[in-house]
Amino acid sequence: MSAPLLEVGHLAKRFGGIVATDDVSFAIPPGELHALIGPNGAGKTTLIAQLSGSIFADSGAIRFAGADITRLPMQKRSHIGLARSFQITSLFLNMSVLDNVALAVQAHAGHSFSFWRNARAEAALREPAREALARVGLADRAERLTASLSHGEHRLLELAMALAGQPRLLLLDEPMAGLGPEESARMVGMLRALKRDYTILLVEHDMEAVFALADRISVLVYGRIIATGSPDEIRGNQQVREAYLGDAETAHA
Amino acid sequence: MTLFIEQCLNGLQFGLLLFMLAAGLTLVFGIMDLVNLAHGSLYMLGAYFAATFSALTGSFVLGAILAMLATLLVGMVVEVVAMRRLYGRDHLDHVLGTFGLILFFNESVRLIWGPAGLALPLPGWLQQPISILGFQYSAYKFSIIVVSLIVAGGLYALVMRTRIGMLIRAGASNREMVGALGVNIKLLYTLVFGLGAALAGLAGLMQAPILTVQIGMGENILILAFVITVIGGIGSIRGALVAALLVGFIDTLGRSYLPDMLREVLSPAAASTLAPALSSMLIYLLMAIVLIVKPEGLFSAGQR
Amino acid sequence: MPPKTSLLTLRNIVVALLLIALALLPVYAQLAGDRFALTLFTRIVIMALAAVSLNLILGFGGMMSFGHAVYLGIGGYAVGMLAKEGVYSGFVQWPVAILASALFALVIGALSLRTRGVYFIMITLAFAQMAYYIFAGIARYGGDDGLTIYKRSQFIEALNLSDKVQFYYVCLVILFAAIYLVYRLINSRFGMVLQGVRSNEVRMRAIGFATYRYKLTAFVIAGVLCGLSGALLANQADFVSPSVMYWTRSGDLIIMVVLGGMGTVIGPVMGAIALLVLEEVLSGFTEYWQIILGPLLLLVVLFARGGIDGLLATLGERFTLRRPS
Repeated sequence: MSAPLLEVGHLAKRFGGIVATDDVSFAIPPGELHALIGPNGAGKTTLIAQLSGSIFADSGAIRFAGADITRLPMQKRSHIGLARSFQITSLFLNMSVLDNVALAVQAHAGHSFSFWRNARAEAALREPAREALARVGLADRAERLTASLSHGEHRLLELAMALAGQPRLLLLDEPMAGLGPEESARMVGMLRALKRDYTILLVEHDMEAVFALADRISVLVYGRIIATGSPDEIRGNQQVREAYLGDAETAHA
Repeated sequence: MTLFIEQCLNGLQFGLLLFMLAAGLTLVFGIMDLVNLAHGSLYMLGAYFAATFSALTGSFVLGAILAMLATLLVGMVVEVVAMRRLYGRDHLDHVLGTFGLILFFNESVRLIWGPAGLALPLPGWLQQPISILGFQYSAYKFSIIVVSLIVAGGLYALVMRTRIGMLIRAGASNREMVGALGVNIKLLYTLVFGLGAALAGLAGLMQAPILTVQIGMGENILILAFVITVIGGIGSIRGALVAALLVGFIDTLGRSYLPDMLREVLSPAAASTLAPALSSMLIYLLMAIVLIVKPEGLFSAGQR
Repeated sequence: MPPKTSLLTLRNIVVALLLIALALLPVYAQLAGDRFALTLFTRIVIMALAAVSLNLILGFGGMMSFGHAVYLGIGGYAVGMLAKEGVYSGFVQWPVAILASALFALVIGALSLRTRGVYFIMITLAFAQMAYYIFAGIARYGGDDGLTIYKRSQFIEALNLSDKVQFYYVCLVILFAAIYLVYRLINSRFGMVLQGVRSNEVRMRAIGFATYRYKLTAFVIAGVLCGLSGALLANQADFVSPSVMYWTRSGDLIIMVVLGGMGTVIGPVMGAIALLVLEEVLSGFTEYWQIILGPLLLLVVLFARGGIDGLLATLGERFTLRRPS
């Protein structure tokens, strides 16, 4: 097995008396789609925040591609190839769809102290942006105002922006949130295609999607990882069934 | 030494006066999320009303009370007619809309009272110096201190101890929750705005006998109130009090002692050139320092 | 801003006519013998330059600066103080005006951009007011009363700023150059960052932009352009006083930007014309014209936030919609 791309060791974070992240360890080898699931309030959001750098852990370590990034600020993580999508759509609504993605490209194309040349005419920014849009199936929406897109399209645009930075690891925070069945199916197809080229950490509520896509799954309950394994192993794990899946399967039936 | 004590009392008096202005500003911002530039206009109106009413009634105290009621009323009317429509808009809209109100108020005052300033004469019993701990101090300034302390105490009790104060505090941290409690938010907002207006009016009428009553008198002091809200932390009453006292002391003591201190190190000519500019800079320097150390102000809105 | 499909919109036609009218104004003034129009429009062009500069940070960058008029004062005093000391060369005065504005913007921006929202509004206001009191306190340069400038900035033999027409064209050329500069700027990589910050600053940081330095740079550029406008204003009035940087003047600049239409390149020019012409017209009716302007402003805020530019765009759309496309 090759060296892991992302390695989380004994990560812990408390807010006052509440332990949000409790001795969390896991590793993602290159090429894997690793899913992180857990009931509401299990601490998924806090964990994602520590991985993307918007909050720092109290103890433990995060290693990315062999380097310690536990204390690296948010904008620098984006530069070493860790891209995240947001659970709540967070886009530049009053700009065009292509401008959104082009900005994400620009963020990784050196400094932006260029005052004269028309950025909308720079092939170095526009071409990769168009490619990322094509990749998520939004090519025909490129010139539209972002605010005019549907919610499902916003989710796809989020994904395109994450892709635009040429990431080595995609951190996807509930990409299916708020999607209808048809849009969800589209997103699953998209992620299946992306899986071939990217290492992905997927945080998701949609169990069907998770079990269809994931190579391995980690289950987070009350800030602890109670199990990690293949979808079949997780499905068969008694502890997981009790803590989590039992409810979900009853709900599905 | 007596001079120093007198200057300290002056600083205290000025600081408390500023607090009354800043308290309304910070309350309105904390609760309604509204930047109100026209707060200074209410200060000015308080002074004009007091001058008119005390001339009419022949009594300074009666005039002052009527003036406070009148500013309360004006404040509530302004809230219902204009401010209410600005809640929920962005700050730029607040700035522009209330800037429009300033123009309106200034010009209305010019139309009604004329361009020349007014004087608000003090009754005899307030003009005599009184003796405190064996030295003489202006009875009027001393009474400002007393009134301000009573008002500050009352405000603190209102915000901390009463049901309406609980709603005010709750409203500042969570607007939706107060609405969910079934409270008449519109009325609460009108009352809070009126209260802020009355406090501004009181500050204006108390300052009126010391300075002249004139158009634009509210604008300079409004900037000071802004500085105080920034230093104290927006939305925090306690922060407003601490910052107002700080600003009051530093400004007053700076103006009286900085020229002498400069003369120690500089030539008299250079000192007298620099002193006025430097002493007016002092509070802004204080603000800059606070910003560098604590960009959210001394007391952030969480702890009030 | 998605690319416009047609250049021939109502808005663009109005803008083109406006720019041509500005360029031909002295010809009209000469023919009609209307010297007042030339004086008024020189002032309008200078204030438009200041509004264009504010629009760069307010309209495009979303930075709600309430102290922008301070650079009018700094630029003006650079000219006035040097003139008082016997330095009349514009080659010295104007670069000093620009450098002083840049320096002030750098310090004030570095401090105030650490904060956001309403803190930023109040802090920029307070620092500008500080500068106002400082200049009002310097007795050598007139203090409160201001400083008369006995000779306008001198450049080369052929250029005489005391000539009204020549001075107007100098101002106009600088305004047009500034408009073009802002136009290039907002469409450059830097401008994309600036607009991204206005739209969603948190997201900008998440995708990897260190936003602070870009905001600060924009703040300094805006200060420099406005400082230049201050140097022009002092030359036009042959006088500079602290009142040019009083906080209500900063308010005027914001009104111009909003009235014209925020975040459009030409909007502030229309706003400056609208406000200053409106002032002239209203003050012709009544001495108490601000009693009308104030509530009018409130109404614009409440009901017409797109400004003149937005109005033209809406009218234009209605016009096109009627035709089958």
